[in-house]
Amino acid sequence: MTEFETPLLRLIPLLPLLGAAICMFAASTDRRPLAKIVGPGSVLVAFLLVLFAIARFWQLEEGHSLVDLVSTWIDVSPLRVDLAFRLDALTSVMLLVVAGVGFLIHLYSLGYMHDDPDLPRFFAYLNLFTAAMLVLVLADSLPVLFIGWEGVGLCSYLLIGFWYSDPANADAGRKAFVANRVGDAAFLTGLFLLFWSLAAAGSPTLAFTDVNRLAPELALRSPGIVTAICLLLLVGATGKSAQIPLYIWLPDAMAGPTPVSALIHAATMVTAGVYMMARLSPLFVESPTAMQVVATIGAVTAVFAASIALVQRDLKKILAYSTISQIGYMVLGVGVGAFAAGVFHLMTHAFFKALLFLGAGSVMHALHGELDVFKMGGLKRHLPITSKTFLVGTLAIAGVPPLAAFFSKDMVLEAAFMHGHPVLWLLGVIAAGLTAFYMFRAYFLAFEGESRMDHEVEAHVHESPSTMTIPLVILSVLSIVGGWVGLPHGFLWGDRFGRYLEPVLAQAAHGAHAEGHAVEAGGATPLLLMLVTTAVAFGAIFAAWKMYARPSTVPDEMQARFPRIYDLLWGKYWVDEIYDTFILQPYAAASRFFWKVIDASVIDGTVNGVASFFGGAASAGRRLQTGNVQHYAFAMLLGAVFTAGVYWLWR
Amino acid sequence: MGVPVGHYLALSAVLFSIGALGVLLRRNLIVVFMAIELMLNAVNLTFVALARQQQSMDGQVIVFFVMTVAAAEAAVGLAIILANFAQRRTLDADEIDDLRG
Repeated sequence: MTEFETPLLRLIPLLPLLGAAICMFAASTDRRPLAKIVGPGSVLVAFLLVLFAIARFWQLEEGHSLVDLVSTWIDVSPLRVDLAFRLDALTSVMLLVVAGVGFLIHLYSLGYMHDDPDLPRFFAYLNLFTAAMLVLVLADSLPVLFIGWEGVGLCSYLLIGFWYSDPANADAGRKAFVANRVGDAAFLTGLFLLFWSLAAAGSPTLAFTDVNRLAPELALRSPGIVTAICLLLLVGATGKSAQIPLYIWLPDAMAGPTPVSALIHAATMVTAGVYMMARLSPLFVESPTAMQVVATIGAVTAVFAASIALVQRDLKKILAYSTISQIGYMVLGVGVGAFAAGVFHLMTHAFFKALLFLGAGSVMHALHGELDVFKMGGLKRHLPITSKTFLVGTLAIAGVPPLAAFFSKDMVLEAAFMHGHPVLWLLGVIAAGLTAFYMFRAYFLAFEGESRMDHEVEAHVHESPSTMTIPLVILSVLSIVGGWVGLPHGFLWGDRFGRYLEPVLAQAAHGAHAEGHAVEAGGATPLLLMLVTTAVAFGAIFAAWKMYARPSTVPDEMQARFPRIYDLLWGKYWVDEIYDTFILQPYAAASRFFWKVIDASVIDGTVNGVASFFGGAASAGRRLQTGNVQHYAFAMLLGAVFTAGVYWLWR
Repeated sequence: MGVPVGHYLALSAVLFSIGALGVLLRRNLIVVFMAIELMLNAVNLTFVALARQQQSMDGQVIVFFVMTVAAAEAAVGLAIILANFAQRRTLDADEIDDLRG
């Protein structure tokens, strides 16, 4: 596969990086207007560069890609890693999402953070994040991807704890960073294992093209190692993409400003894990065991998170659990071998989830920070644009045709069923039903019905400025048409998206041995599956309408009839508490032991002990120094006698 | 037949021991000095006696050196004691412990 060299690619992440530096400068020298222009501006230019680069890419023959070799980074034989970027079909999709949605969110932030004194620092961090994410998706090798991977993790920490004067926000940032770090440790271990096994096979490389090309050979030599690598990389992905078991940081991350939640925790950073697995699809398909684990984690997380979202009261928390659940779909798609479907859902999810989060931000802006849906109601009368776009987003996420998520979700579920995973398919359908239900619960409670707002809040309710509503409108349009690139077989132009990505992603048929038997691609089955999913979605929407659109006692009745289930969901299955008791407390206790006993008593004791020994010896020795000359003369006499005696005896 | 050399050596040993004990145990600095002189002279006696026995001049020449050194040392030492006495107004050796550690 020949490549086209261009120095253009390095500019794409470079510009937001410069933007970040300029914004930091603006922050320390109190130049707000500079930050307000450079912040969104650098991402806009990056987006234009992305368009330019993709246009150039489309001029190449199929299977070729743009490459930018910046310089050698690590050169210690036998390891050689170059700082290089590559733009192929998969990269192009990710770039459009990151730069495009990223710019819209930068624009939105101009309005949302307008009154915040720390606006320049905000744009600096946001630009830095964008730069890191662009590095991540443009990376030509695993180490370069890891640069971006770490970078987005750092920026996530910085942005979640942006208003750090409140310790709760700082705690949330720290929790995100630590959970990410655990995943990163697994990721690195997998990376080391991969390099080690490739080097043992004679090819010490970590570039994606090489790794993907050598994957089948590696699997023949040592299938167990390949499975281990994939599982470790998966753990890394669960940290970054908030899946079981490392999802715990995402709900807490809602403490950050809402544009942060939209950009990082909906559209981009949390998709990095999915992207990484799609990028390494030839490696993953060589390990059916790992694929099964991936798919199972995805499906279980999807249902698990959706169930918690059912009883949440905080609008952003509902969206956070929804994100965890939707990423579960992407992971499920990847796990059953439908990599394109997973990436497709990644893209549509970026559109409607960013839309929903920005809409929530708009609501917060109007209600001065109120987030409890039970204290809202009837907002559609006050916030027309916000409520209409939010409705579009809700319809999209619920999987109502012909909006975007219907096609992407359906593609994932169909792949799950057709590749022989009926249980996982069922979990996905249940999750879809729950999703439609809790999202419309949120919509009805917030925007429809009678107002339950506090009176002072209600007096000041107003629609948001256009710098905030324009991104909402753009994203709602994308949420409607964004799915039309991946239509089911036979409809119009079919799955253009999947065909576009085909040269880059491994195909499911290769090497994947599904549990049970793969269903033959019969014409009727996909249609039937589609009908089932749609029926479930509509049923759930109807149930939500009955329970929440008008004041009713049904929710309270349900809570009274199933108290233990309600408590379980409200307590989020007590996962945080379990982690605390079984992992964090023992770890803290071990740390205290190492501190108080080993460091203080043993190590300090030894060092101080040696010193005090010498001190004691010296104190004893100084008693010889009496200052009395006659004593010294006696010592000389003793010495003389001793010397003479030794001489005499050992002549 | 003269006095056997052993008698001289024995006397010398006794004198030396008395001098040594005096140096170590007496408190008056002048007495310590006298004891030092006693030790030196005991050694002189040993040298001369052995030289006589060996019919050699070597021992007697050494005695010259020893006497010279003893004289010089006595002069310097007494000067030091005088300087010390000027300050402390005492000749008690136990009082000089400025270098006590």
